[in-house]
Amino acid sequence: MPRVLRSASLLGLGVLGIGLLSGCVANNPAATHTALTVDSSATDCAVSANEAPAGSIRFSVTNSGDQVTEFYLLAEDGLRIVGEAENIGPGLSRDLVVQLDAGSYFTACKPGMTGDGVGKAEFTATKTDAAATVDVDLAAQIVTANTNYGSYVSDQIDQLVTGTDAFAAAYPAGDDDTARSLYASTRVHWERVETIAESFGDLDPKLDLREADLEEGQNWTGWHAIEKDLWPQDAEAGFVAYTADQRAALTEQLVADTATLHEKVEGLTFTLSQQTNGAIGLLDEVATGKVTGEEEIWSHTDLWDFQANVDGAKVLYDGVRPILLKTDADLAASLDTEFGSLQALLDAQRVGDGFTLYTDLTPAEIRALADQVNALGEPLNQLTAALVL
Amino acid sequence: MSRSAKRTVKRDKRTGSADLAVPARGLSRRGLLGLAGASVAGIGLGAAGDRVALAASASPGAASASAVYPFYGSHQAGIVTPAQDRLHFAAFDVSAGTTRAELIELLQDWTIAAAAMTAGQDIGEYGAVSGPYDAPPEDTGEAQGLPTAGLTITFGFGPTLFETADGVDRFGIAARRPADLTPLPHFPGDDLDAGRSDGDLCIQACSNDPQVAVHAIRNLSRIAFGRAALRWSQLGFGRTSSTSTAQATPRNLFGFKDGTANIKAEQPDVVNDQVWVSSSDGPAWLAGGSYLVARRIRMTIETWDRTILSEQETVFGRTKGAGAPLSGGTEFSEPDFTIAGRENQPLIGAAAHMRLAHPMQNKGMKLLRRGYNFVDGNDDLGRLEAGLFFISFQRSPAQFTTVQLNLAKHDALNEYIRHVGSALFVVPAGAADGAYVGSALFA
Repeated sequence: MPRVLRSASLLGLGVLGIGLLSGCVANNPAATHTALTVDSSATDCAVSANEAPAGSIRFSVTNSGDQVTEFYLLAEDGLRIVGEAENIGPGLSRDLVVQLDAGSYFTACKPGMTGDGVGKAEFTATKTDAAATVDVDLAAQIVTANTNYGSYVSDQIDQLVTGTDAFAAAYPAGDDDTARSLYASTRVHWERVETIAESFGDLDPKLDLREADLEEGQNWTGWHAIEKDLWPQDAEAGFVAYTADQRAALTEQLVADTATLHEKVEGLTFTLSQQTNGAIGLLDEVATGKVTGEEEIWSHTDLWDFQANVDGAKVLYDGVRPILLKTDADLAASLDTEFGSLQALLDAQRVGDGFTLYTDLTPAEIRALADQVNALGEPLNQLTAALVL
Repeated sequence: MSRSAKRTVKRDKRTGSADLAVPARGLSRRGLLGLAGASVAGIGLGAAGDRVALAASASPGAASASAVYPFYGSHQAGIVTPAQDRLHFAAFDVSAGTTRAELIELLQDWTIAAAAMTAGQDIGEYGAVSGPYDAPPEDTGEAQGLPTAGLTITFGFGPTLFETADGVDRFGIAARRPADLTPLPHFPGDDLDAGRSDGDLCIQACSNDPQVAVHAIRNLSRIAFGRAALRWSQLGFGRTSSTSTAQATPRNLFGFKDGTANIKAEQPDVVNDQVWVSSSDGPAWLAGGSYLVARRIRMTIETWDRTILSEQETVFGRTKGAGAPLSGGTEFSEPDFTIAGRENQPLIGAAAHMRLAHPMQNKGMKLLRRGYNFVDGNDDLGRLEAGLFFISFQRSPAQFTTVQLNLAKHDALNEYIRHVGSALFVVPAGAADGAYVGSALFA
């Protein structure tokens, strides 16, 4: 189903600020931060202090001008962006929370979002005993993680294309047994990178729309339209199996849309925030569609999708785990445990190459899976803050 | 024993026994109704408890507690009335075999009881504790000692009252059915539960005290036994709308102010244009009424709570703190949908809830929203059964349909919500003192 926004907005905005890392965990009541204000006017960028102790610093930026503005925290070279608050409408306030090492920085505002900006001023983070130190090697690891994830997405879509081609040979030819056997195992490649695939807004409904999400008069295409035809036993009374022509048309569209998807994911690049929030996005897919049995209401192969979403989230997590080990080893240990517990629950439902059908799960088994998704979700929530701040 | 015989027995209990106990008084509730055109000012005088008087000493100065809204008037109360804090909403189906005359009697009985309760009085001649010692009390009694707390009781008629799904005209009113009173269309993403949808009749009870609202629905349900039975009901613990400029905009369970630009009672021209059915709209009996849409919207708040703040604000198109549009200003600033930020993308995105719900995107159509937050325990997966019980009043159902179709197709919020219940009712005009709600329909 279209769960577009998280990934789409992240792809569009490009989250920066990955240069500085430390083990800052959200909701840590012991953490203290320095609170500063910034007044971004048409002509100035007035920060309430030009120095603060190194550590967590919150800049509350208020736009007192009449144009959209941005606030930048720049490194000592005056070029590299350490942190930014963007798209602040006139009269609005937005907070930028950063974790700063002792050193020299610059603050600046950019009303109108073009040009060199205004009010560029020096800012100093003063040395404290408590301030975290930063491992400069991490920057290289981040680049590696991002590159690796791009390759993973590309590889999964390659396999989706291959699987779809095999499916497309069986289904219109009336080889329903083969088509049914390929359905879940092919969709796995979609589900592993679902948040990325869904970020192409028009392709997602064409390929993955569920019947409940149709609007009146809308043409239903994609995997779930075919699913209903292959598993018609739960269909409404009077449901008529598709004709050969309908099957051919659906197949042709499926292959064409998958090819378009294949083109679009080539060369995609990612930021660290996109990776961490992508993992949360995949887990939310599990929480809203799979653990409730609503994704595959005809085939009941929800656990295949469940595993694939978890696979994708685990790949994203594994990609940043070496970085997390340096910034917050406790959080890494917690995530390792919770991923492991969720996998154990899924492994208990393995049957041959696949899984128990959703309709054969007991309420207690479903409840245990749902609880474990929440148990994993909470530490996963902290991942972005732990890596990016 | 036949059903009608049962009913006779029940009525004897409710009214006849009172007559027996105090024959000199003679005026049962039904007796009052029998006096066509006579004033019902006598209701509540005498033995029945008058909670207004009791409340005055209990909590002086509490405006929300002591508010009293008149039941009789040209429009029903509970629509442009400043939205109270609590809700109990109930939908009923008329019982099989109930006749037109019995339906009218039910509406008459409901009117009398609603007028009493909204005035802070117990129902019935003897109320909760002043009746015959050997009879069940007329009023259930849990509102004793509580103030009126701004109670309003609003009645509505569903499409099936006029004509069942099978096309049966049970009450001789099919020909008077408003042309617009047809079931709402299927919207993308609808996951409706028939047990939480539709109904022949509805009652919206709103109050600043939850027990006062529940007391109203409980007693009206009791009065209906044998003639109409509860189909579904919904509690709302906190209002999400403001319908008066004197009220601050409350927050929904996503933590956002939504519906800042709601229709307000202080905008009579907008209310007349967007809320009340005009005599020119037809049918004539509905003039001064409105259409009520109720939608039970489940929120997957656990997923929402894992969502980053920037996305939360992007979804709504507002800041989470002050509730200002992302285009700038303060909560009540008019949004600027053209102002763009980074990469020339609009600050209020194409899929932002606030953009899609705005009248500018919906042919100028507005809704008077009067929704409530609910949490009904938890589901089998250990998630809070939480959401928004959306209520809107509008001059035509097309206003809601236009907005909801736009939202159902495009709203970024759809990732976190699911519509699980739906109902449409027509709300007749208010009753004049001495008449009953809906009398014009049966005239």
